[in-house]
Amino acid sequence: MALPASVPDEPIKSQSAYSGPPVIDLHGLSVSFGRRQILKNLRGDLRGKAIGLLGPNGAGKTTLIHTLLGFHQPSAGTAQIFGLDITNQAKEIKALIGYMPERDSFIAKMSAVHFVRLMGELSGLPPDAALERAHEALFYVGLGEARYRRLETYSLGMKQLAKLAQAIVHGPKLIFLDEPTNGLDPPARLRMIKLIREIRDSGHAQIVLSSHLLLDVEECCDEILILRDGQIAVYCNLEEERKSNRKFLMLETRGDHGKFVDALSRLGCEYAVSADHRLKIVLQEGIEVRDLYRLADETQVQLRRLSYKRDSLEDIFLKAMENGYGGL
Amino acid sequence: MAVYEQTYKPYTGKLTPEWSRFLIIPRHAFRGVFAYKLFIAFYVICFLPVLVEAILIYLHHNITALAIMDLNARQLIPIDGAFFMYFVSIQGGFAFFVALLLGPPLVSRDLRNNALPLYLCRPFSRTEYVLGKMSVLLILLSGSTWVPQLLMFLFQSYLEGFTWFRSNLWIASAIVIAGIVWILLLALISQTFSALLKWRIVASAAMLGFVFIPSIFAGVFNSLMMTRWFSLVSLPALMINVTSGLFGVFDPVAGRFQLTVDDNIVREIVVLEPPLWTCWVALFLISATCLAILRWKVKAYEVVR
Repeated sequence: MALPASVPDEPIKSQSAYSGPPVIDLHGLSVSFGRRQILKNLRGDLRGKAIGLLGPNGAGKTTLIHTLLGFHQPSAGTAQIFGLDITNQAKEIKALIGYMPERDSFIAKMSAVHFVRLMGELSGLPPDAALERAHEALFYVGLGEARYRRLETYSLGMKQLAKLAQAIVHGPKLIFLDEPTNGLDPPARLRMIKLIREIRDSGHAQIVLSSHLLLDVEECCDEILILRDGQIAVYCNLEEERKSNRKFLMLETRGDHGKFVDALSRLGCEYAVSADHRLKIVLQEGIEVRDLYRLADETQVQLRRLSYKRDSLEDIFLKAMENGYGGL
Repeated sequence: MAVYEQTYKPYTGKLTPEWSRFLIIPRHAFRGVFAYKLFIAFYVICFLPVLVEAILIYLHHNITALAIMDLNARQLIPIDGAFFMYFVSIQGGFAFFVALLLGPPLVSRDLRNNALPLYLCRPFSRTEYVLGKMSVLLILLSGSTWVPQLLMFLFQSYLEGFTWFRSNLWIASAIVIAGIVWILLLALISQTFSALLKWRIVASAAMLGFVFIPSIFAGVFNSLMMTRWFSLVSLPALMINVTSGLFGVFDPVAGRFQLTVDDNIVREIVVLEPPLWTCWVALFLISATCLAILRWKVKAYEVVR
């Protein structure tokens, strides 16, 4: 899952379970604002059902989304969404996508149903269909009872839901969600996460979720793209990543574990020893935990604790921040 | 995604033609515009001069009515190019105040509420957005300027006969061109100030200032310098010249002044209006500047460089 270290020019191949055409294909995409380069030669094909876009502030997450939406012109390279080029097929792409912006965005002096209907019509829906789907979308996100209220009177959480409703009213195939849980209280956040997961699981739309909240991404996304300083630090499938780390063990020992470590080495296991009798071991194919017990018995070492260590998203993120682009 | 199903489903129905989507903006905007009774009242008042015009045209052709009112047809204003120009100018004045009321909030409200990304993330371009916003004014102002004037022309043609219609067809073209040029300018200027200034009141004040402050400046300097060239910075003066040209009543001589010494004329100064082509160029430059500003300001996001 690790990226080819120090070779950012090489395109990243998705190792996800999805073998279909890529949702987003980045071809050396670079974006500059004046002399400042924001995105630097991004390459790779993203295929996940829900792709989490992570990175510290200023890493280029929002700029990447805006560029894919056609708001900024690439300074070099290009990208494709569903095989359509963002520079010369922007209109065709926009017909297939929905976008929930990060900032408070709405049209003043309108009720929610009027607002969502207008957005539906602008996406090409006939007026009757747009009105019908505006009602449906607002009920779906949980604003059914408040749909005739003016947007100015909505709370922050309700505005977020109205933004989601306008992003899905035309039934897009790809939905960009930029910080969808910003400013939400815990119940509202849970509702938003549930909606995102439902949309993902419906199989009718793929999602790109940009967030600085790792938990949100972990709960909603199957793939993650971590940006750092405008470059791809990590792109991986979370489930695959976790599976690959199933044989990563943490051991706590008592006694002289020199012979035990030597025995591990002879078995071909990779290991790291820490000062406080702790060992990190990566088990090789064909080696089971019972083999470790046998070795411990043979070398007179007590095994006081043994646990599978699975990388959390936080681990992956922190490693990416430490390593720069390249490996985990 | 029916209300009772509560699931996400894609839309598989028909889509509207792309060329017609800019008209969605005025259709939705009119709902808000005509919700204000004060605006409706003002818009109705805009049609009073048209009513007067219709009465005058009718009187010209109704001997019974003239007899009842004890009037002679010769006492009435003749119905010719100058007659229509007069009413086109009055309607133009009303159109300015309609634009002043409706224009400034159109874009500024969207900018203030960050609504532009919502429009532009759809298959809807910046050009269509500007065209849609301008259409709100263009449709309403057409309804109060050149469309009723054209109807009055047809009314006069109906009463006067086909020969008059054929020989005065140029008046109809003058009505349409003068009307469209004026409302296009008003729509462009109001949208530009709306895009530049996020607050409606400030944008309205700026628009008012843009029209009247240069006119005052032009009036003062024209008098001081005994010229009319300063009229090139005054939008009303430019429009009057252009409209006069279209209706065939443009007089290049704005005035004659005689310097006298002991009742003897020493020198005669003839003050000339700037040539018509310079007025057209000035209007073109104003429009081009407005378009450039709109192109600069109407973006999904401001880029901080």
